[in-house]
Formats: sequence, structure tokens, C-alpha cells
Amino acid sequence: MAGLMAGFGHYTHAVVRGIPVSLAKEALRSSQTEVDLAKAVKEQEAYVEVLRTRLGLEVVELPADESLPDCVFVEDAAVVCGDTALITRPGAESRRGETEAMKGALKDLNLNIVEMTDENATLDGGDVLFTGREFFVGLSKRTNQRGAEILADAFKDYAVSTVPVLEGLHLKSFCSMGGPGLIVIGSSEPAQKALKIMQQMSDHRYDKLTVPDDLAANCIYMNLPSKGHVLLHCTAEEFPESAKVFEKLKDHMLIPTSNLEKVKVDGALTCCSVLINKKANI
Amino acid sequence: MTTEAGSETEVKEKAEESAAEPDQSEKATEDSQEVANAEVEEKERAKVKEKEGKEGKGISRYLPTWLKKQKSQSQTSPTKEDPPTEEPVSEVTQEEEGPTPEVNGHAEEVEEKEEVKSEQVKEKEAETHSNASADTEPAKEEKVEESAEKSPEETKETTEGEGAEEETKEKEGAVEAEGEAGEGQTSIFQSPLRLVRKNKMKLVVCHVTLLDGTDFTCEVEKRAKGQYLFFKVCEHLNLLEKDYFGLTYKDNHDQKCWLDPTKEIKRQIRSNNWQFAFNVKFYPPDPSLLTEDITRYLLCLQLREDVASGRLPCSFVTHALLGSYTLQAEIGDYEPDQPRPLDFISQLTFAPNQNKEMEEKILELYKSHRGMTPAQADTQFLESAKKLSMYGVDLHHAKDSEGVDIMLGVCANGLLVYKDRLRINRFAWPKILKISYKRNNFYIKIRPGETEQFESTVGFKLENHRAAKRLWKVCVENHSFFRLNAPEPPTKARFLTLGSKFRYSGRTQAQTRMASSLIDRPAPSFERTSSKRISRSLDGAPMISITEAGRESAENGREPHLELHSDSKVTVVDVSPGDAEAMPSQHSPGSSELGPPQSSLRVHGDNIYVRHSNLMLEDHDKTQEEVLKHQASISQLKRSFMEAPPSSPPQPNQWEKRLTSSPATIRLQQQQVTTEVEIEETVVIQEISRAPKPGLVTVAASTPAAPSAEQEMREQEVEVQEEAVVVEEAKPRKEESISSESESEEEAEYHPYLPVSISHTQIPEEKEEEEEQEKQEEDKMPELQVLASDASSLPAEVIQPAEETRREEVESKKEDDTETEKTTNAEEEKEVERETEESTDDPMVTPDEAPNGLTLPEEGVTVMDARAEEEEEPKMNGEPSLTEAEPLPQVICCSEPPVVKTEMVTISDTFAAQKTEIATKEVPIVHTETKTITYEAAQLDGNGDGEPGVLMTAQTITSESLCTTTTTHITKTLKGGLSETRIEKRIVITGDCDIDHDQALAQAIKEAKEQHPDMSVTRVVVHKETELAEED
Repeated sequence: MAGLMAGFGHYTHAVVRGIPVSLAKEALRSSQTEVDLAKAVKEQEAYVEVLRTRLGLEVVELPADESLPDCVFVEDAAVVCGDTALITRPGAESRRGETEAMKGALKDLNLNIVEMTDENATLDGGDVLFTGREFFVGLSKRTNQRGAEILADAFKDYAVSTVPVLEGLHLKSFCSMGGPGLIVIGSSEPAQKALKIMQQMSDHRYDKLTVPDDLAANCIYMNLPSKGHVLLHCTAEEFPESAKVFEKLKDHMLIPTSNLEKVKVDGALTCCSVLINKKANI
Repeated sequence: MTTEAGSETEVKEKAEESAAEPDQSEKATEDSQEVANAEVEEKERAKVKEKEGKEGKGISRYLPTWLKKQKSQSQTSPTKEDPPTEEPVSEVTQEEEGPTPEVNGHAEEVEEKEEVKSEQVKEKEAETHSNASADTEPAKEEKVEESAEKSPEETKETTEGEGAEEETKEKEGAVEAEGEAGEGQTSIFQSPLRLVRKNKMKLVVCHVTLLDGTDFTCEVEKRAKGQYLFFKVCEHLNLLEKDYFGLTYKDNHDQKCWLDPTKEIKRQIRSNNWQFAFNVKFYPPDPSLLTEDITRYLLCLQLREDVASGRLPCSFVTHALLGSYTLQAEIGDYEPDQPRPLDFISQLTFAPNQNKEMEEKILELYKSHRGMTPAQADTQFLESAKKLSMYGVDLHHAKDSEGVDIMLGVCANGLLVYKDRLRINRFAWPKILKISYKRNNFYIKIRPGETEQFESTVGFKLENHRAAKRLWKVCVENHSFFRLNAPEPPTKARFLTLGSKFRYSGRTQAQTRMASSLIDRPAPSFERTSSKRISRSLDGAPMISITEAGRESAENGREPHLELHSDSKVTVVDVSPGDAEAMPSQHSPGSSELGPPQSSLRVHGDNIYVRHSNLMLEDHDKTQEEVLKHQASISQLKRSFMEAPPSSPPQPNQWEKRLTSSPATIRLQQQQVTTEVEIEETVVIQEISRAPKPGLVTVAASTPAAPSAEQEMREQEVEVQEEAVVVEEAKPRKEESISSESESEEEAEYHPYLPVSISHTQIPEEKEEEEEQEKQEEDKMPELQVLASDASSLPAEVIQPAEETRREEVESKKEDDTETEKTTNAEEEKEVERETEESTDDPMVTPDEAPNGLTLPEEGVTVMDARAEEEEEPKMNGEPSLTEAEPLPQVICCSEPPVVKTEMVTISDTFAAQKTEIATKEVPIVHTETKTITYEAAQLDGNGDGEPGVLMTAQTITSESLCTTTTTHITKTLKGGLSETRIEKRIVITGDCDIDHDQALAQAIKEAKEQHPDMSVTRVVVHKETELAEED
């Protein structure tokens, strides 16, 4: 059934995209660092492999587009909830073209497509935190109020609250869902402040898992039929302290996933896939 | 305050504590005076009771005792706040008891009417009502005959038994009906309606649009209260869990308003359009907890309408899902052979933008529900609907500080702020300390967060004052319903109260759940009316009318019966503890309730006076004349105090202007002292209008100088029965005044939380003297330690009892030796009285000058309500106590003679969620108005100025919302060879909760006396400072 908020974390499909060579030089980044393209590609392959083989998701892999250096970060191009997909209007102009391929892929999956056509609206999927009960939309450099409004219109069943993102690129640059009702949050002041706001704005209660590193707070939670709670999180190599925190989650199948290279261009774990739950019925 | 003697105590109890006792006493009085009626009544009750015991089918017996208690309280208690607990039945009882006088006046009419209808009624009742009523009739008649013999005491007993009482009530209704039919005497039992009606009962036809789209028509008396109609509708619907529902009407501005069950319908609709709609008022967060399917069904109907109209937004899929459950519930399993099901579906409205695709989806899902019962389908429907983010959110248009359109959503959890579709802020009920409105501004005071030190107030601008009031009311009701275990006790009628005393009058969710869990009737069968909905769109609304011959008559005269006894189920309903709707009159002070409610109201209001005066009188034996005089003086003083606001318009007007001219609506403001000032002003005005009214009733009271409210009150108590006629006459006036008042209210406030007190202690010095403040522990020592003899400049610490709950400044100086003894001195009391009297003539109620008044070093007890506001600072210099703007707990305040007020500007975080920057214009400014009243004793010693004093003590006790500061200053002087010690005590009470000034004053005086039994109180200065407005 299409019951509201049923089965948070249930996914059957994932949309990913290849890494263009242009990523190394041209992808947007907040810090000037060299990206080892080869390593990045390897990372991505490993990532996709986890989704496909280890977790058994149906992975739709879009080809990289050299004219879109950031195209690997598919999360920003679409927000999918239930059977509705909102095709975003990314805040960075250079990324607007990424939505085309995404739209096509999602259409092929028979999702209801909602497009953000308003030219005053911008929204990056990375600013959208869906908790299973409601949305939080970070108002950041990439996402504005209008974009959030359109998202609210697209997902009318849910409360959509806005959260100022004072630091970091996206809202999910320092938080993500670690389970039903569990928000993983970085320990920086802006992150904690954002969490407070979210808690204040919500009718629901959330548990929080605080990790020392903001970037480590971005993880991928799934609830899969055969696997139970699954969490893709940072490796101990990247964030040793934070990794220890994740290791305390006893109920989760923990899958440390390397993200060393992509993080250099502000890519987090969630950025690299759009997860979809396509049920047989509905 | 606790020591007061006889009458006072009684009154007090009524007001505050045991409802039962007062009831008793009242009853006793009534009985004694109005022997005949009362007795009859009582007897009947007793009988009924007995019957009930045997046959009672009512729910009442299942009710937990606490519920019953509440009921009884609400009935009796003068305070009108208990309403939620009351049931219709209880109401009836009340009215019966209290208003009896009225009845007498109208008895003839009533009787006539009854006679006319009696036959019809009887028939009707026999048919409609449960056998219980029928049984009751014979028994009752017998009783009536016997009744003459019964003693008032018996009556008491009856009343006392709470449980019994309730039961009795149930039956009473029935009995009443029967009795009236048969006998004129029985008319005592009057329905609320009847009380209202005067010579002619004009009947009005009400049209109520039900949730299934049908029209329900019934006749009510023109002066019937909202609950009457509501009960009629619920009865028609066979609905027991009715607390979630309400009736709405459209006001003159086409705004949907909730019909207040406690007020006359006519006065609310303000037009001749008797058109109503039955709606869900409180959406249960978890509908699965509802007891009956019929209740869920009605909720479903409401939600279907909400969804179809777009009021409850949902996604395509959800629309389809909800639609499919609707089909399953209303027409059962999908019939594969049904021709063209889509055509059928398209006739129904499921969504605002319904299209073919959606209908197909609905059909598809509908097919999958095969086998689901209607009740299951409804349950599934609700399970989905309740998760929608806008479920149960009542939206109101408003503007924020920048004039941007926003929506304020009131729901079970609190207040939500939306901009377009986005939630931009949320204030959970626990975060909200106070809700108020003033004109078209709506304010909420926010509890400081962990990291915040100060409370902040957020303001919104509504379209007009009506909208603001409407929003405020909705907030009050939602908070009460969802957050309280029992409805908030009535606002006390202190003379410094706020504008609207509106409170939720129904049962809370907790109560209604409790009550409904006791429902033990077989699940009522009801027809799901999809066909009606269809026909509505196609053919117009089907009409259902109850006005057949028999029914009609019954309704008109006897609604109460119908409600009470008609069916077993009905009875149950009435009995259920939660029937708040029934509780009519008690809650809203402003409500135009007749008879008992009013009297109770009045009593309540007067209680203060009485208490006050008693306090003053305690221990001291004055002649009756003196006492009266004293009372009069107090009342006059009060009156002048109350009238002050109008007479001193300059400040308020100024601020008002500013306020209105200020574009910004949202203010982040730090509250340094207290809020509520504004409100109090309004209240005062209201009080004025009300206070005089009672005077009309009582002879003694009428002269301005002489009449004290207390007197009136007492008289009323005593004379209730005798002067019934008079009372009745007076009532109409009262009603009018009250109602007008309620309409004119432009502001009111509501505290979601009971006030906790925060107090600061300051030791204010008199001009040249040193002041020191010391924090003292919260230990309360009743006695002053130290010093009288030492005039030493060293400050001595005195630990004084902290008055945590009051916020007033009391300065008391006592002359004589300072000794710590605890004995009450009658003389002191006297003096106080005298002082009051004198001051009465010339009460100092100057807003601006108040501070100066406080500064007066002389002896006196000053009670003041201080509010420090930036704007007013200059004025405040005289008062050290005012300097304290900080509500911080345990703050040590050092006030130096020339007080420098530090303005603490804290920008609250409330709106910070959305604003990363806060403009300077949002720095809060609080305007203050000050008033001072001085009670001065016949001057024993008027020249205390400038004498060096010793600072005795400073104590600050701070709790959450109240701040009480007590400062003691001791001055020793030599006069004519006599050593004289003067103690000046200043108590500053600040807070956002309502403060009973009278009580605070009395308390202060009392404590002063206790501490210094051998001293006399020579001067009492009450200084009240009110926050007028805040501006950006």
C-alpha cells in the first residue's frame, strides 16, 4: 500500500552516474585540492558495487557527461519520495544540465515527474533531508526559499521545514538519517544549531547520533528486506573517530564506504545516488 | 490569607478550593430562604437519586470519582474555569439550584407553557426517552407532595454526594420533564434554555449542515445557548464522543467562528442567520483511540470534506488512497459486474483537482480493499489521513514583522508558522508561556531555551482584532484540550484581570477519553451516507428535520429532558464527565449566562472583595458600621483604580498610536520584567462595567461611596432566594453589559502554564540611604531578625518570608518597636482599613507619577506591580525595585539610590530559525504604564522623610515566571523622646501570570503584621505598572 511514511529506508532501485574526466579539474569545490581521477573512479565503482551486489538494488547507471563535471553527484538533480520525483533546479548554473538525464531515467522507472520550472527557484537535492516523516530543506548557497516551496508542493503529504545552512555546502554536508527517527549529526556548532532548529520545527522526536566530523555525518541508511538496517558510512581511514561512533550501532549492517576522493569536490556518500522504492503495486 | 474568619473563609474556598463546600453553603442559604422550592427540588433529587441507584443506566456510575468531583466543582465553584468537566446535566442542576429565584419570577409563564405542552411532551418523552424517565415520574410526584417536609439539610446531603449528585442530575432532567408536565412546582428544574426565556419564548429555526452534507433543522428558543443546539445535533447524530466536535457559524464578515456553547446563540451570530455547520473542532491525533466507530465515521466525513476542498492538502497518491477507502467504507466491496464504475466515481469529489487519472487510481486501489468492512476502511482512512502534515492544523492568515504574509497553524502540538507551504517555525505548547492578543496583534511569549536567558515575545499581526481574538481563542481551546488533564480553572475575577476571560469550557481530550472509555452501549448502527453526498452534488441537500409535532413541543420547552433522558445513550452522554459543552456558564466570565452561572460569576468577582475586606477586618473588632465603611472605601478605591485607565488615557493612547503605526508585527523582545500589563488595563475596564451592575441588584450597593462589592456579594448570598425577582431583572442588564464587554475586548491573554514565581529581592533604600541587596536563600523566615534598636548604618539582613506567587510591591512600614512576634494585631488592621478609606477618596492612580509615589519614604505598605521598561526608565529612577529587569533566577540586584537601569537587550532565538540576522529595529521596546494607589493610615506620623534607615533585608526568590522582591528598610527615629522604628517593606512582584492584587496586598499586610505584631501598618502603596505595548 501507499501508506504514508511506510517503510522508511526501503529501496529497490538506485540511480548513479559515471565520473567524467572533467571532474578532476572542473568540478566545483570549496577547497582547492587535487583530485586523483583514477582513485575517484575506483571509489565510485566500489560504491556502485555495494549497492548492486552487496545490497541487491537495481542500479541504473547513467553515463558520465564530460560537459557536466559534477554529474556524478546525482542526488542534487532529483528528490524522490514515494512514487514522486521532483526534478530540481540546481543552484549552480553549471549543473543545471544534469537534470535531463536524471529526468529520463526516473521517467523510465514510472515515477511521477514534477519539474521545477520556476526560474527563481533553486534546489539541490543535497539540501533535502527526508526523515521518513517530513522534509527539512536547507536554505543554502544552492537552495532558496522558492525551491523549498516547490518541493513542498510536490510532496504535499509531508511537512516541509526550512533550515538555514550557515556553513558547509549543503544541509546534508553535516547530517543525514541513520535510521528511522535517527539523525546523524556533526558536532560542529553550525551542525548542532541546525539540529536544534530541526528539532524545534518538528512534531516528531528524533534521536541523534553525533559524530565528531561533520562530513562523516553523511551516511546512507537503508532498510532492506533481507538485510535489515543497513548503513553506508565513512571509513576509519577517513574519519577514525567518527567511524568508531558508527561502529557502536549494533543493529545495523555497517558498510564502511570510502569517499576520499569525491569528498575533495564536496561529494558525500549520499550525493552519488538517488534511491528509489518501486513496489510492485502502486 | 488563610487565617480569615468565617465568611471569608467560606468565600475563599468557593473561589479557590473546594467547590463542594461553597455549593453547600449556597444551597443552605437558598434553602433557608426559599424553603418551598428548594425542598421540593431536593426531595425530587433525592428520589431521583435513589432511582438512579436502582435503575440508573447512566454512565455516571462508571465515572471515576475525580471526574465526578470536577463536575461538582464546576457546578458550584464561583470560578468559571472548570467548565470542561461539567456536563450538561450538571449545568441543569446548577441552574436549578442557583437560579431558582429566577424561576420563581417566571414561574407562571413557565407553568403555562408547560401545561400547554405538557401533554405533547409526555407523549413524546414516553416515546423518545428511556424508560427511566417514565419510571421516574410517578416516584417524583409522590415526592413532591412530601417535599414540604424536607429540611434543607437533606438537600445538602444530596448535593454533597458528588457521585450521587451526578446521577441525580441525570434523572433530574427526566424528572424535570415529567414533573413539569404534571406539576407547576416542578418548574424549578429548568433547562438552561428556560432560564433564559422571558415572557415569550420565541422559537427560532436553526439549520445545521451536518458532515454528510445534509441539513438538520430544529427549533430552539431564541435565547438558547450554543450547547443546547449542539446537544440537539449530537443527539440527532447519536454521537457520544462529542467533545471533538463543535458548531460553527459565519459571522458578519463571513468568517467561520465556533459557537460558544456557554453563550447564547443569538448573541454570537449577530445576525438573523441561524445557519450552522457541525464540524470537527479538535482532530484527535490518534483516531484509533476513539471509542466508537460512529465517531470515527464522523471524523472521516470531516476529513473527506477537508481533503476534497483542499483544506487538507495531500499528494496524488494519498488522494487516491483516501478515495479508495472512502468508496470501500461507503459502498462496500467492489462489484466487478458494476457497470461503468468510473462514472460513479467521477460523481464523487475526492480532491480539488480530481481527474481521470486519479479516478482510475482510486478505482484500482478500491478493488484491492475487497473484504474490508466499512469500519475498517474508515480506520484505514484515518490512519493515512492523520499522518498528513496538515492534519488537524487550523490555519489563520497573519503577517510577520516584515509584513509578509504567513499562516499561523494551531494544532494539537502547538503553533506552527507557515510561509506559503513551508513551515518556518514552530512553537510547541510547552514552549509557550503566554498567549495574548491586543487589537489585531497576537502575541506568544516563549519560554527561554537552554541557552537563552530571557523570555521572548513574538508578535504577529492579524487582519483585524476579530481575527486576533479568534486565533487566540482557538489557541486557548486547543491547548486546553490537548495539553491539560482538566480545563483550566477559571480566571479569577480580580480587578486587574485581562480582557477576555474566555477559557475552554469543554472536556479535555484526557477527560473525553476517560469518559468515552466508559461508554458501554452497543455500537450504534448508522448509515454511511455516500448516497447523500452524491445527491448533494446532484440534487441538493436532503433535509432532515426533527420538527414533527410531538418533537417540536418537546424541544422547545424541554430540551433538557431530551438531552438528559431521551435515550439511554443520550443519558449516557450527558452523564459522562467530560461533557464540557454543558458546562455553560461557568467558564467565560463574560458570557451572558443566566441564573446560577451569573450569580456564581458575580460571587466570584466579589470574592476578592470579601476576602480582602475580611483580611483587613480580621482580628479587629470594629463596629459593623466601620466595617461597612471600610469595605465601601475599599471598593471605592478599587473602583477608582479600575477607572483609572480610562481617565488616564495619555500614555496608552500614545502607545497605541505607535503601535498601530508601527508596521512591524513580529517583535523579538526581551522581556525584562513582565508582560500582561496591557491586558490588565483592558480588564480593568471590563471590571468597571461589571462591578456597577451588581450594585443595581442590591440596595445597599448602589451608592458609589457606600456600596462595596463585598457587601453586595454577601447580600446576594443571603438574599438570593428572596430577591429572586430582582436578580432576574438585573440579569438581563448584566448580560448585556457582559456581552458587550466581551465583544469590545480587544485583548486577552492566556497562560498555557501555571505561573511559577520568580522573585528578586531587592532592598530599596530610601533616597539618601544606602541600599544593599543581598541574595538570600529561599528559606523563609517569618520573622525579621534584628534590629530595631540599631540604627546603625550597617545593613542587616532580614530573612523574610518570600511571597513567591505574587508580584506586587508591598511596602510596609511599621511604627513602634520592631520585635518579632507573631500575633495579629487588631489595631493594625484597623489602621489599614482607615488608611484605605481615606485613600479611597483620592486614590492615586496616576500612571506616570506612580514611581514618585513609590519613592515616598513614609510609612506605608506599597503594593505594586512593577514593570521596567526602557521607555519609562526615567520615571522609574525613584524606584530601585523597578530597576530589575531581569527575570533571572537568583539574581543579585544592587540598586543604588540613583538607579541606573540597564536595559538588557537580548535577541531571542525564536525566529532565528529563519533569520540569520536580526535587524536592529527589532530590538524590543516595552512600554510601561504605572499606577499607584496609596493607602494611608490616619497619619500617625507623617514625616518620615529623609530619616536614615537601615536596610534590613533583601530577598530575591526567583522561579520561572514570577519575580518577587522583598525589601525591608528600617528607620529609627526619635520623636518626642520615643524611639520609633519604621520598617518599610517593599515587595516587588513581577511575572507574567495573573496576579491577584487584592490577595497579594492582603497577604503582604498580613505577613507584615505577623512579623511585627506590635507595629502598625500606616501606609500601603500599591503601584502597578503595566506594559502597554511593544514596538519595534
